[in-house]
Amino acid sequence: MPDNGLVPAPVSPAPAPAPASESATAAAASPLLWPFLKRGLWTAAICAGVAGLLSVATSGTDRWFTRVVYSVIIGLFCWLFIDGGRLALASAVARWRGEPKLAHSWPGWGWTIVSILPLGSFLGYFVGATIADAVTGFNVARPLLSRPNAWVGVLVIATLLGGAFTYFFYSREKIAESKAQAQAARRAAAENQLRLLQSQLEPHMLFNTLANLRVLIGVDPVRAQAMLDALIAFLRATLSASRTSLHPLSAELGRIGDYLGLMAVRMGARLQHSVQWSEELADWPVPPLLLQPLVENSIKHGLEPKVAGGRIDIVARRDGERLLIEVRDTGLGLGGGLTRGAADAGFGLEQVRERLRTLYGERASFTLEVGGAGDGAGDDDSGCIARIRLPREANK
Amino acid sequence: MTLTTALIAEDEPLLAAGLRADLARLWPELQIVAEAGDGQQALDAAVALKPRVCFLDIRMPGLSGLEVAQALAEDWPEDEPFPLLVFVTAYDQYALQAFEREATDYLLKPVDTARLGACVERLKRQLAQRGSGSTSGDTVKAVDSLRALLGALAPAADASERLEVIQAGAGHQLFMVPVDEVVYFEAADKYLRVITADKEHVIRMSLRELLPRLDGKRFWQVHRGTVVQARCIAGAARDEAGKISLSLRGRPEKLGVSRLYAHLFRAM
Repeated sequence: MPDNGLVPAPVSPAPAPAPASESATAAAASPLLWPFLKRGLWTAAICAGVAGLLSVATSGTDRWFTRVVYSVIIGLFCWLFIDGGRLALASAVARWRGEPKLAHSWPGWGWTIVSILPLGSFLGYFVGATIADAVTGFNVARPLLSRPNAWVGVLVIATLLGGAFTYFFYSREKIAESKAQAQAARRAAAENQLRLLQSQLEPHMLFNTLANLRVLIGVDPVRAQAMLDALIAFLRATLSASRTSLHPLSAELGRIGDYLGLMAVRMGARLQHSVQWSEELADWPVPPLLLQPLVENSIKHGLEPKVAGGRIDIVARRDGERLLIEVRDTGLGLGGGLTRGAADAGFGLEQVRERLRTLYGERASFTLEVGGAGDGAGDDDSGCIARIRLPREANK
Repeated sequence: MTLTTALIAEDEPLLAAGLRADLARLWPELQIVAEAGDGQQALDAAVALKPRVCFLDIRMPGLSGLEVAQALAEDWPEDEPFPLLVFVTAYDQYALQAFEREATDYLLKPVDTARLGACVERLKRQLAQRGSGSTSGDTVKAVDSLRALLGALAPAADASERLEVIQAGAGHQLFMVPVDEVVYFEAADKYLRVITADKEHVIRMSLRELLPRLDGKRFWQVHRGTVVQARCIAGAARDEAGKISLSLRGRPEKLGVSRLYAHLFRAM
């Protein structure tokens, strides 16, 4: 009868790792089943490896295989009770609570593990040892079972080893999870950037402008060059406009002037425009391309759909302590709110409001009203006036 | 017939001139009979001059290229050959998918010479084929494919946006009209007439905005400017010219059904 030295120091793995919620249906169980089984395999492998090495190191090739067998069988039963027990208990609790699936990625942490671990390790050890006894013919389990004093020792060692394995699998799972999260976050950020860029560049505007440029090259090369210069300046400004930096008013009105110039080439006589400001305001700091959404709205929803077209006039002047910028168009009025392309017009206006809020808090203001004689009903040809007032200094 | 006539509908003057010049190079026998700067102009010119080919820019003030096509399909006389349509767009992924699916002719701006050349060849082939067949057969085919295209491009109806009540203002009063009581909607300029059994209201909404918010099974579009509640239709009659008109329950007037929607009124 082999002495206790044969007892493969309970390399009892406690693979209570990876969350896997086992809900009632088999279909939902499979995403949990596979990792569960994989952990079992890992357990067996680690047990075999460690036991084999230890055995060879301590007593050479003598009986190393038996030790490995014991280790693997005990390990597998520990795994079965601990990991399986944890999952079963967690899903039972979830079902009792009425949650259809285990949402948490690591169900059974906390109190579940604390109760399952010692119990599972203990049971796993004895059941495993008994089975291994039957397989190998040695007798390890019975002497231990019959000596209750030894139980504490077994419990402690089994639990410790079980805990080690549990922690091992848990950590691996957590690392995999955070890697996946980081990847998802990176992808989301890239997508957002792309969408922002697309919304800023407005492909329809870009391709129409290029189409006009192409024709102009053949017809009037000098004008074509001027148009290309305006497009380049506008693109630079669009691509580099950050939300919080500032540039002088003269630069802002220059870029908006470029944009209007491009649109004027496209719309021909249907777009008349002017941009005016007094020289003393030239270096007033303003957010880059702040006026862009307003001018775009005016044209897209006010002037372009109007058969006869109209005018857009931008004026910048001082209003007390603040700079007042007015964007006035003679296009379709605001109508019942539905006629001026509500949805994306609203989005552009929200952008303007948000930028002003971020930079100036309550000290800047933005209003949009019907132009012309302007009665509340919104005459359809009276156009719009947008007014932005902003102070000299942005919020720190 | 060595001279083929064409219409260009394009609101950006440089692009219209550019297309004209390109076509002059690639298809010298093509005669541009009209250049329209907006949808209504294009429609009027097409109906008056009956070109064999129409180049329609999609984004135009007033009526869009697609609306012009729809109007043409509805109003085109039976005995004239329906024009070949080529849609032109700078960028419209959604429309492009539909064009590809329905094998509709289209051009992307900026128009490059090679693609325009291929388009010209296709048009010439189609015109040669048509020369031999009957005009009404061609028109039916053209209308069918246009209907398919418009169906593919219709904005999806969102059940959450469904209207249950129409709020129609008149002076100082607001009328709440349950959608179920509406017999039909009729477009009038920029407004929409809302006709119930005993009253008529007006709302500031376009038919295009209204359509996705109605239950397509209960409310049928029968004409580009008319949407009827199917339950209120008593019957449909076809006159000698083949035009269908609907008689309504509770209203004396009759509604005309356009070619595009005639297929809705067939016996089961």
